[in-house]
Amino acid sequence: MTFTTTAGSATTTERPKTGAIVGELRRRFGDDEFTVQSTYDGIPTLWVSKDRFVDCLTYLKRETERPYPMLFDLTAVDERLRQYRDGLPASEFTLVYHLLSFDRNEDIRLKVALADGGLSVPSIASLWPNANWYEREVFDMFGIRFEGHPNLRRILMPPTWKGYPLRKDHPARATEMGRFSLPEQKQEAEQEALRFVPEEWGMQRQKDSSDFLFLNLGPNHPSVHGVFRIALQLDGEEIVDAVPDIGYHHRAAEKMGERQSWHTYIPYTDRVDYLGGSLNNLPYVMALEQMAGIEVPPRAQTIRVMISEFYRINNHLLFYGTFAQDVGQLSPVFYMFVDRERVFEIIEAITGGRMHSSFFRIGGTAMDLPEGWDKKVREFVDYFPKRLAHYDKMVLANSILKRRTQGIGVYDTKEAIDWGATGPGLRATGLAWDYRKARPYSGYENFEFEVPSGKNGDCYDRCQVRVEEMRQSLRIIEQCLNNMPSGPYKAFHPLTTPPPKARTMHDIETLIQHFLNVSWGPVIPAGEGSACVEGTKGLYRYYLTSDGNTTSYRTRVRTASFPHLQMIPLMSRGLMIADLIAILGSIDFVMSDVDR
Amino acid sequence: MTLGSPFDIAGILGALITVAALLIWVERRLLAIWQDRLGPNRVGPLGLFQVVADMLKILSKEDWIPPFADKPVFVLAPVVIMGCMLAAFAVIPIAPDIGIIDFDFDLLYVLAVLALSVYSVVLAGYASNSKYSLIGSLRATAQAISYEVFLAMSALGVVMLAGTFDLRAIVEAQRDGWFVVPQFLGFILFFIGVLAETHRTPFDLPEAENELVAGYHTEYSGMKFGMFFVGEYIGVTLGAALIVTLFFGGWLGPVLPPLAWFTIKTAVFILLFILVRGSLPRPRYDQLMSFGWLVMLPLSFLNLLVTGAVILWR
Repeated sequence: MTFTTTAGSATTTERPKTGAIVGELRRRFGDDEFTVQSTYDGIPTLWVSKDRFVDCLTYLKRETERPYPMLFDLTAVDERLRQYRDGLPASEFTLVYHLLSFDRNEDIRLKVALADGGLSVPSIASLWPNANWYEREVFDMFGIRFEGHPNLRRILMPPTWKGYPLRKDHPARATEMGRFSLPEQKQEAEQEALRFVPEEWGMQRQKDSSDFLFLNLGPNHPSVHGVFRIALQLDGEEIVDAVPDIGYHHRAAEKMGERQSWHTYIPYTDRVDYLGGSLNNLPYVMALEQMAGIEVPPRAQTIRVMISEFYRINNHLLFYGTFAQDVGQLSPVFYMFVDRERVFEIIEAITGGRMHSSFFRIGGTAMDLPEGWDKKVREFVDYFPKRLAHYDKMVLANSILKRRTQGIGVYDTKEAIDWGATGPGLRATGLAWDYRKARPYSGYENFEFEVPSGKNGDCYDRCQVRVEEMRQSLRIIEQCLNNMPSGPYKAFHPLTTPPPKARTMHDIETLIQHFLNVSWGPVIPAGEGSACVEGTKGLYRYYLTSDGNTTSYRTRVRTASFPHLQMIPLMSRGLMIADLIAILGSIDFVMSDVDR
Repeated sequence: MTLGSPFDIAGILGALITVAALLIWVERRLLAIWQDRLGPNRVGPLGLFQVVADMLKILSKEDWIPPFADKPVFVLAPVVIMGCMLAAFAVIPIAPDIGIIDFDFDLLYVLAVLALSVYSVVLAGYASNSKYSLIGSLRATAQAISYEVFLAMSALGVVMLAGTFDLRAIVEAQRDGWFVVPQFLGFILFFIGVLAETHRTPFDLPEAENELVAGYHTEYSGMKFGMFFVGEYIGVTLGAALIVTLFFGGWLGPVLPPLAWFTIKTAVFILLFILVRGSLPRPRYDQLMSFGWLVMLPLSFLNLLVTGAVILWR
């Protein structure tokens, strides 16, 4: 293996070739149509008018030679209190459309300025099916209306909620709101709002001479992996339609980003995908390092990679066990929890934490590796492959399990891209696209590993891909073990947290910096940055806007599970309840990741 | 027809319910050991009193009937399963001189009473007035109809060999060799049928917790739930005892007294049931149906045909 110790700085993680697409768009729509904004992440960011953006999006998806087929993210920003926005078009609320191209291996961001109370734009739900939920989320959080949307209702907040939470005038804490009371009238209204009316969910009550059975699966159900509800329209045991209902796990992670300091938000990221632990810290701190211009030392990068891969193994093990359990196999999950415990022991020895270790810091990691870490890791590297082989025989080779999962919950690569599926769910369809390979970050370019992919895009393939990924993760960990670079575990830079203390007692400048950074937290330069990682369940991107302050102006967390859940109706129509359970298991989601 | 003494009857039924309750502990401990866990090991020696603690808890719980349930039927359902399982056990020949009742058509009686026990599940699902319960009991009905057919058919091979429906006579007929040898296919079929009949994994679709929460007994709690639970374990004991009687020579065996042999053999099959639960996933409802009708039923016919042909040829 060739392992170079050159530091890949965070700012080079995105490899922009901005010229091409901007020129192309200008030629097609005219020079005056666009305002180009420069961002820290180098993703071409274009402001386009409210009248033309649908045309632009259609062009980017369908007409351009190497298209952008995936709507990666759709969000908005309340710009009303933002100070540093020189040169940008006037806007009160800005819509942000983030597209991804596999051919070009690059992204593009389109922004639409909304002002003067005209908070209404055409919906693009007919262009991208996954825009449906994203637009509902924007409506829910900002009150922006999407004309032509099939079902524009609140998605994360309760239907009776007053106000739009991510607007700057909406309070973030309960103590900022009035006293809560629940008079009888309000209670009745709230209860009435919960009444299940099939028509509101887009379902018919009957067809021909037979009535459908509506089964409410969740929010508390053994197989929905958290608080998640699916309203099922059944004909016998056959699923006519399945409508997911989310929002029960909503904790306003994005709003919290606007309150916490840059540094103290790190523990919140652990809990976004609570099975991914510190792997979630990575896109956040990488985005900050990019904005602050911090170069992360190679040792810190390699530690980050190693911890991330341990978390990936742990997540996949939990998936593996619960997937087997969802199709009725009782035992594997217990064996896998034993293995998970071993991984947690290693993580605990290194970070002091287990599931949510919050180990990564702006500029590096919280601590250096402890003495003797390599022994524990080595033991695991020797131990784990045998267990995996054992599980192959127990689970993957089991004929009942095969019959339950092969050919069930199928979608092809085109559908996956259309719906915004990433990670193992995308790779199971046959497209071996892994962010770690396609756009290496944190030194992944130095590692040898393969990108496993499936063929059929069914439940079985999704499981198989994850199993193979564990083997690859183990390979990466072994390479970390054999080639751990020496050197500092945190960059020497004034904006790292907590800043290195070695020189504080020698010059007043560093002392002041240290004092400010520890008391207020670092002030990240104004502007926008973002970073993306191949997380446990797909792609995670933190899109941060700084207004030159100690807190974020806007923190957008793009998670993998949100679009995945939206595909449930597509995957489960015409199948049986038991298949739906297998499908839910095969998606590998956690609700904290969906609702944030 | 002979009836055992009241002492026998009380003794056997008492022992049976105790064994069934103990089985809850056995299953939990064994599964735990096979799954690298400890299981209930805190109450009493080896956690044996866990059952007592659970019983006390279940007995002291509020006797709750959901307001939307059909009350009389809701109460009747768990009684039916307990009643049927105990009634079926009455004809099992435990040892030459131990048994509750003995008459010429033992086996038919057992199968008939087992078939009746399905009513318990159907009634529970219907009376609960809950969708999950209803789907569970629908599954149970379909499963029972499909699997009872070949359960009976697979036992017929033994009947042909022994020339009687009397379980005691069937045991006696195995003095020269267990019927599992000439009736191996019949044994496999019967074993699967018993698993299905007692709703054990992989045939636990009526109560598949991943899909239907708790299936037909979702709305049950307290002692009524306890009766379903114990009823299932009596069913397991009954199934194991039937297999032993039909295919493994019942109480027959050297050196040890007949009661010991019967107990040992039955225990082995109970453990096998638990092991199956620990290892297999659950097929889908329609797969289960087609497996029953397209694989098991033809096989049991084939078994009968071949057995009949061999008997005639002899």
